[in-house]
Amino acid sequence: MSDQEYTPKSKAGKWFNDRLPLLTLGSHLTDYPTPKNLNYWWTFGGILTFCLLTQIITGIVLAMHYVAHADLAFASVEHIMRNVNYGWLIRYIHSNGASMFFLAVYIHIFRSLFYGSYKSPREVIWIIGLLIYLLMMATAFMGYVLPWGQMSFWGATVITSLFSAIPLIGESITTWLWGAYSVDNPTLNRFFSLHYLFPFLIAGLVILHIWALHVPGNNNPIGIDLKKPSKDTVPFHPYITIKDAFALLLFMIIFSGFVFFSPNVLGHSDNYIPANPLVTPAHIVPEWYLLPFYAILRSVPDKLGGVILMFGSIFILFVLPWLDTSKVRSAVFRPMYRYFYWIFVVDVLLLGYMGAMPAEGIYLVLARIGTIYYFLHFIVVLPVVGLLEKTDPVPMSISTPVLSSGADPALAKKDYDKI
Amino acid sequence: MSKEEKKVNRRDFLFTASYTVGAVGLGAVVWPLVHQMNPDKAQQALATTEVDISQIEPGKSITVLWRGKPVFLKRRTQEEIAEARSVSLKDLPDPEKDEDRVKKGKDEWLVMLGVCTHLGCVPLKDKGDFKGWFCPCHGSHYDLSGRIRKGPAPTNMEIPKFEFVDNNTIKIG
Repeated sequence: MSDQEYTPKSKAGKWFNDRLPLLTLGSHLTDYPTPKNLNYWWTFGGILTFCLLTQIITGIVLAMHYVAHADLAFASVEHIMRNVNYGWLIRYIHSNGASMFFLAVYIHIFRSLFYGSYKSPREVIWIIGLLIYLLMMATAFMGYVLPWGQMSFWGATVITSLFSAIPLIGESITTWLWGAYSVDNPTLNRFFSLHYLFPFLIAGLVILHIWALHVPGNNNPIGIDLKKPSKDTVPFHPYITIKDAFALLLFMIIFSGFVFFSPNVLGHSDNYIPANPLVTPAHIVPEWYLLPFYAILRSVPDKLGGVILMFGSIFILFVLPWLDTSKVRSAVFRPMYRYFYWIFVVDVLLLGYMGAMPAEGIYLVLARIGTIYYFLHFIVVLPVVGLLEKTDPVPMSISTPVLSSGADPALAKKDYDKI
Repeated sequence: MSKEEKKVNRRDFLFTASYTVGAVGLGAVVWPLVHQMNPDKAQQALATTEVDISQIEPGKSITVLWRGKPVFLKRRTQEEIAEARSVSLKDLPDPEKDEDRVKKGKDEWLVMLGVCTHLGCVPLKDKGDFKGWFCPCHGSHYDLSGRIRKGPAPTNMEIPKFEFVDNNTIKIG
């Protein structure tokens, strides 16, 4: 893409573009050659952009009415719900929007895992994506603290106390994070400040994410390199924009379903009780999108060990492009990996379920098995499967299998290393 | 690179000096930005609390707030003290004698931070496998001396700095 020179048609456009090549940038949203076989799993990038914008816009509005003070925060949220015009709508969009954002990002990540989008030459896109995901988790966590209900307070206590597991300096770090000797008003204040800042950092990383994407161009369901532009590609506009728009509409129907018909189903009723530092709720559960990591934390009977494994489960994703030894990207041509992929999906869902259950008896045993398998998948399964697996023939181009009704081995590349 | 170029010259001195001064200056700017997040003077001012303990019956306990954290004050019965002292130190993940966790001559008064040493929840009293406290968050069991016996918490519940002002008053902090 970058080697294609774009020249504006109008004289004024050319004059401006010579001085600031903004229109060249714009051509990335129009002429940008996109694989013609992108399926609906590829529409989540656009959906995620929509989610980020929704959160930023509703968040700025909420901040006009919210008061970040331990004595006033809870009441100000109720004030938004009852007195502010359409406050209930804006808040429900914002709180459910966080869940929808994570739903979309998990689909986006698992799409990448299935089609090998994290592999060379797209490692940097993957890593920037993970940084966005980390910032999303931090932002969502701090946002959940702001209403200053019981779950807010105790969630904040448990998560910040994770840092106290660090030997020697752990206690000083938690006190520094709190700005007090427990979660208190200074903590709420700074969480509000950072909750406002982080989405803009995410927006900056999203720009880098898309920039890095537009260097090699999109991966595609059969995971092969394409000549661009060619008969294998279509211009981004109108082909992809209309497909993205249609998927976004379906997504918004589900989103609206939550906002208008069950706005609290993803939350926890304990958060409608004002924060009380003397009473811990019987079952502390994080929001659903953090449950698998919570299950990993609780499955280890040692404080420091649990914290290390929990953070490790996220950081191991950063080296994923180097743990997967297979040169073939798409699971479509990887008969062994395909099964392990689905086992991994089930494992993560299982961990999520265990995270919501009390940490005892059979739940604890299953959570431990799930945790062990989670790490085995990355440390053993991916490197070994990549070496043992006999991959299916990979087609030369997207058009080839379509024209010859299925993958014709004669047309396939013999040398898989060169795809 | 030839040998002549490697010789230390005036420019190298200028580079090193500039980087050093720059680093010191950067540090001087960063430190206030980092330190402002530590507890402020208003937070530190809340450092002591006096508690009237004259109304607490043996076997009962109260919870007070100190520095935003709950403090358990339990007046233990003689049986409870005896039970806490009958435990062998070998059975404790964080070995500590009951005698070292109370003030001498005031053995019935257990004063400790009601904060689970795992991830900071408030344990429930008179619960768990050891008749002491039980943390509902991640299942840590504490005994009648507030010592960890079972579960993920690494250490015993912390004993804050406190003193008996008179027979009916305890000053925490």
